[in-house]
Amino acid sequence: MGRLRRPLTGAVSRWILPDANRMVETRQIVAIGLNHKTAPVEVRERLAFSKEDTATVLETMSQHATVEEMALFSTCNRVEFLVASREPSKAVEAIKDFLATFKDTPRSVFEQALYVHIGDDAVTHIFRVAASLDSMVVGEAQILGQIKDSYREACEHGTCGVILNRLMHRSFSVAKRIRTETGIGDHAVSISYAAVELGRKIFGELDGKAVLLLGAGEMAELAVEHLVNNRARPIFVANRTFERGLELAERFKGTAIRFEEISEYLKMVDIVISSTGAPHYVLVKDDFKGLMRTRKNRPLFFIDIAVPRDIDPEINRISNVYVYDIDDLKNAIQENIEERKQEAVRGERIVDEAVIQFRRWFHGLDVVPTIVGLRDKMETIRRRELKKTFGYLHAMSEEDKAAIERLTAALVNKILHDPTVFLKQRGHDEQKSLCLDITRRLFNLDAFEEKELEPKE
Amino acid sequence: MSVFFGLTMACYLGSSLGYQAYILFQKRTFYRVSNAVLLLGFLCHTGAVVIQYMESGRLPVHSLHETLSAFGWAVVGVFLLLQLRFHLMVLGALVAPLASLAVIIASILPSPQVQLAPFLERLWRTVHMGTLVLGNAALAIACLVGILYLIQEKAIKDKRRGFFFSRLPSLKLLDTTGYASLVVGFPLLTFGIISGVIYAQIVRRQFWTWDPREIFAAITWLVYAVLLHQRLAVGWRGRNAAMMTIAGFLILLFTFFLYFAR
Repeated sequence: MGRLRRPLTGAVSRWILPDANRMVETRQIVAIGLNHKTAPVEVRERLAFSKEDTATVLETMSQHATVEEMALFSTCNRVEFLVASREPSKAVEAIKDFLATFKDTPRSVFEQALYVHIGDDAVTHIFRVAASLDSMVVGEAQILGQIKDSYREACEHGTCGVILNRLMHRSFSVAKRIRTETGIGDHAVSISYAAVELGRKIFGELDGKAVLLLGAGEMAELAVEHLVNNRARPIFVANRTFERGLELAERFKGTAIRFEEISEYLKMVDIVISSTGAPHYVLVKDDFKGLMRTRKNRPLFFIDIAVPRDIDPEINRISNVYVYDIDDLKNAIQENIEERKQEAVRGERIVDEAVIQFRRWFHGLDVVPTIVGLRDKMETIRRRELKKTFGYLHAMSEEDKAAIERLTAALVNKILHDPTVFLKQRGHDEQKSLCLDITRRLFNLDAFEEKELEPKE
Repeated sequence: MSVFFGLTMACYLGSSLGYQAYILFQKRTFYRVSNAVLLLGFLCHTGAVVIQYMESGRLPVHSLHETLSAFGWAVVGVFLLLQLRFHLMVLGALVAPLASLAVIIASILPSPQVQLAPFLERLWRTVHMGTLVLGNAALAIACLVGILYLIQEKAIKDKRRGFFFSRLPSLKLLDTTGYASLVVGFPLLTFGIISGVIYAQIVRRQFWTWDPREIFAAITWLVYAVLLHQRLAVGWRGRNAAMMTIAGFLILLFTFFLYFAR
């Protein structure tokens, strides 16, 4: 900001043709990037930026004449440049050139995969990305953290100004709102999470629920891990080869048992995860004679990940016993994915709303909103402090209170008078936005407005 | 019909709608507002009962009109108490309509003048009906919880997650709540029946007449006794226990109306 002196012709032409040139003058938000939908992994990995790279990019690109503010984020699924510029098309070209040289890749390789969003579209895009509406797995929670990190990085290099600061903060709160108001992240979309979710529906808490792992296998071990993370314990492991069982048991801080002891342990465990290589059922309905009575009918939950299956599906008919095989779990996830998609539609609506709000702010990015924000903040502080003070000064008469009210109001007015006059002075756009930026940062107005504007829960 | 009673009805109906909205839209605000409205209705209802008591000098548990209204009051009361311990939010969607139904039917029924009986007779009748109303309320809630249990258990067994799967709580919570209501309801039912026998002895000088009402009361008690015994002895729970809880309440309901159908 403020690095670029506006050419004189601009000022003159604005004087002659104010409206037409105002369009050229205003800064635009531009999002340029590629993601898992537009680019195959070979392209994405070529253009991905490491943390060190990011620093260099920010340093270099922010020197560029057309780039006023900038942030860059790069994950395994996307690379996004977020830029505020007065000359969007030139900025886009500059970034493309930069990508080609910095990554030593001909433009033809990535140009097809790049998308460019300008103005409201760019705002919509970044809101959707932050809210994980644009992710490969819609609703995944990681993306927000990654964007926050990138924003911090950009802030450290001083490449974020009034616009991007506001935009990023907005995108965080939009993402948060979508997460709390829609069920976008509610439903499990991996097999092991689905198992945990089902377990919760049966047992309420998984705290202290005993788990028996039959056999081994990546998916089964992952499921056990999730259960352990939900404080299920103790863990028992039964394996055809006892040594392998011991190894696994050690990993989960559990106990290895012999395969022949299974029926004994079925009397006490609550969850059984089965993943053996056996060609036949390991457990059939006959194994359950009298078992439920010894268990005092406590529910028993089987997660059968093995193919061919280990647990006879007939067992599901025994009361208080629930058997889910791999297909059942997959179906559950499929339904969850559908559900997430439906929730995503509600998320899109929230994004649309937020974009309109942001547009309003963006158009009003002027002296007035800053002065209003400044006054609001002072007033809020004044009221809060008055309330605190009056809280313990009981002896005070109403007149005294009124006098103090007046005094504090006058103080605020007097203090704000000079800054207000200063901000209202006409000056160059660059200077003005620099002043606005400093004022906003000095009084931390973005955070204040964020807090005040956020819907009260 | 007093103002309080009208207000009560309005609150019960309002909270019924609110709870349905909570189930539909899953917004906690709906739940909180409905709970507050239901509590307000309960207070109004209590007020109406107190006023009636001050006017007539007896608890309103004599005619069918009074008993139904008292039943509505007790169901809401037991539900609000249960809410303190078990956060079974969806249960309100069944309890509030049940209470509404009870008070609406009560408001339609005529309220005949009850002749004042001698003191001892009056006392035992009040104790008898009072404990039964409270017990019935607890068992009614056990039945409603049983219905929720069956819905959720079917969803899990059939592996179809429909509308209810995500909206209903865990089987464990439903089971515990149902059991708790049963544990509260059964002693009250027992005491209600015993006091009824004493009342019959005082009024008719005969405590057991093989009257159908008495037989059905005994059957009801036996059903619940078996259910509780099985639970304590072999941990009987799940689908069958839930079905038996529901069946028990249906018999109870039948006995209840048999009592007033003379």
